[in-house]
Amino acid sequence: MTGGLDQLYGDLIVDHAERRVGAGLLEDPDVRSHQVNPTCGDEIWLDLAVDPERPDAVHIAWEGHGCLISQGSASMLAELLDGAPRAELPARIAAVREMLHSRGTIAGDEDVLGDAVALAGVSRYVARVKCAMLAWVALEDAVARLP
Amino acid sequence: MPIRERGPVTSPASTSATLGDAEVRALRADFPILAEHVGGHPLVYLDSGATAQQPLAVLDAVDDFVRHRNAAVHRGAHTLAAEATEEFEDARATVAAFVGARPEEIVWTTNATEAINIVAYGVSNASVGRGGAEARRFAIGPGDEIVATELEHHANLIPWQELAARTGASLRIVHLEDDGTLREDELASVIGERTRIVAVAHVSNVLGTVTPVERIVALAHAVGALVVLDACQSVPHRPVDVAALGVDFAAFSGHKMLGPTGVGVLWGRRELLDALPPVLTGGSMITTVSLESAEYLPAPQRFEAGTQKVAQAIGLAAAVRYLEAIGMERVREHEERLARRLLEGVSALPGMTVLGPPAGVDRGGLVSLVVDGVHAHDVGQYLDEAGIAVRVGHHCAQPLHRRFGVTATVRASTYLYTTEEEVDAFLDRLASVRSFFRVAR
Ligand SMILES: Cc1ncc(COP(=O)(O)O)c(C=O)c1O
Repeated sequence: MTGGLDQLYGDLIVDHAERRVGAGLLEDPDVRSHQVNPTCGDEIWLDLAVDPERPDAVHIAWEGHGCLISQGSASMLAELLDGAPRAELPARIAAVREMLHSRGTIAGDEDVLGDAVALAGVSRYVARVKCAMLAWVALEDAVARLP
Repeated sequence: MPIRERGPVTSPASTSATLGDAEVRALRADFPILAEHVGGHPLVYLDSGATAQQPLAVLDAVDDFVRHRNAAVHRGAHTLAAEATEEFEDARATVAAFVGARPEEIVWTTNATEAINIVAYGVSNASVGRGGAEARRFAIGPGDEIVATELEHHANLIPWQELAARTGASLRIVHLEDDGTLREDELASVIGERTRIVAVAHVSNVLGTVTPVERIVALAHAVGALVVLDACQSVPHRPVDVAALGVDFAAFSGHKMLGPTGVGVLWGRRELLDALPPVLTGGSMITTVSLESAEYLPAPQRFEAGTQKVAQAIGLAAAVRYLEAIGMERVREHEERLARRLLEGVSALPGMTVLGPPAGVDRGGLVSLVVDGVHAHDVGQYLDEAGIAVRVGHHCAQPLHRRFGVTATVRASTYLYTTEEEVDAFLDRLASVRSFFRVAR
């Protein structure tokens, strides 16, 4: 890969877009969020289900179609947060948003964001921030509606 | 007036039959933005279908007006107001002549979207009894049908969905063949006794399809229906005579035809525009006003409420003069040649699918395509990295994309300033996009 595009399409993102961790919707989710990026028509459905054995933790699954950035980001989200404590989710979402809106000034903390730190390069491409945020916006919406 | 307001700086009304590459190269000097660099690469602008670039003739006409004659039109009697009004009305006459219309049939709007909405809301107002006896011809309700097509831009679809919802009329759709043309059988079966309005694009902004307007007009008029033509992708790119086409209303946008943003046109046959109830109401569109009610001016003023976009209209007239100096038939031919180069070039690449009619049939100078295994957004980013500007996404035509089983395409669109070299730069870069994204090596 060449020049600036290397930063945008880092290997981790491309790899996640191929692996699609967490892809495949749940049979019986507690909440499903459907988000669309109106400029390109990309969509995602993101399911949350409270773990019956550990009621403070949630399972996350998703399905969708879109560009490498949106798909890679969704996969990173699922890998990082499936089974995570509910109470932690808002802070993680906020951290991703802060990094993606930073225009390249905030690198992101791998302990908080896992592979999603690889999305830092996206923040220099203002037109692509929405792509990277799509899954996180779906998660935010789902968390807010979780009973 | 400075000479360049009248036409291209570099090529005074050329007489050579085709717009050759040398002439195109020369006229590019009239468009300052085409010399820009993006990320260190010369800009290759292949997004004129979304918005076209403006020549100096337009920039200067706007600048000259604002510096020397700026005033509100049709109000006040001072010298500037009179000059501004005259120039504003001259602009209307220039644009009218360009599309085979009479000046009083040209309504200034913000863009084509507003123009189409004026028709839809005018019909809506007539349907609730506004506009008196002469507006009754427009009234629609339950049992009536509005016909649109599957290839419409959202601007020529959603206003009709909304009109149907407000009036109780139903919206019916003419679908597409696999080659992106309208289904002939459906044209004949969907347009029928109940049809009151047929809304159709002249040239598709995604497929490049040229629709059979004459046939549609014949079918619609046989049942007393009105034809609303979305001429956004035809008026900028080929000779169009709205009166000769026989349609009832037509809409187009200034910014797609070398003009400024913020100005568009609604054309309507005189007797229709004079009878259609106004939509925006207020100053400048009335004759007498009491505290209870008002009488309205005839068209076009009845649709031009409030202070007008004077500089933009003057800029659009300068754009029209520029186009006329080059010649619209030559513009059409030039784009046809580029479209063929694009289509043949893309078809020669593995893993690419082009939507719309093949080369050889009459079509617009644009190509929308899908790259196997690479999302349109990613293709667009890869092209942008090399300074190549294309449109990616659904191009405001989601139902059309759904018809072809995709959510997004990559669209390269040409104009009179596009060179063969630019087309080749696009094709060249496109050739490596699949290996870049590891779909093919
Ligand atoms: C076919 C067609 N119709 C309508 C429009 C809407 O034009 P505007 O956004 O200028 O109102 C466009 C441009 O986007 C178009 O290509």
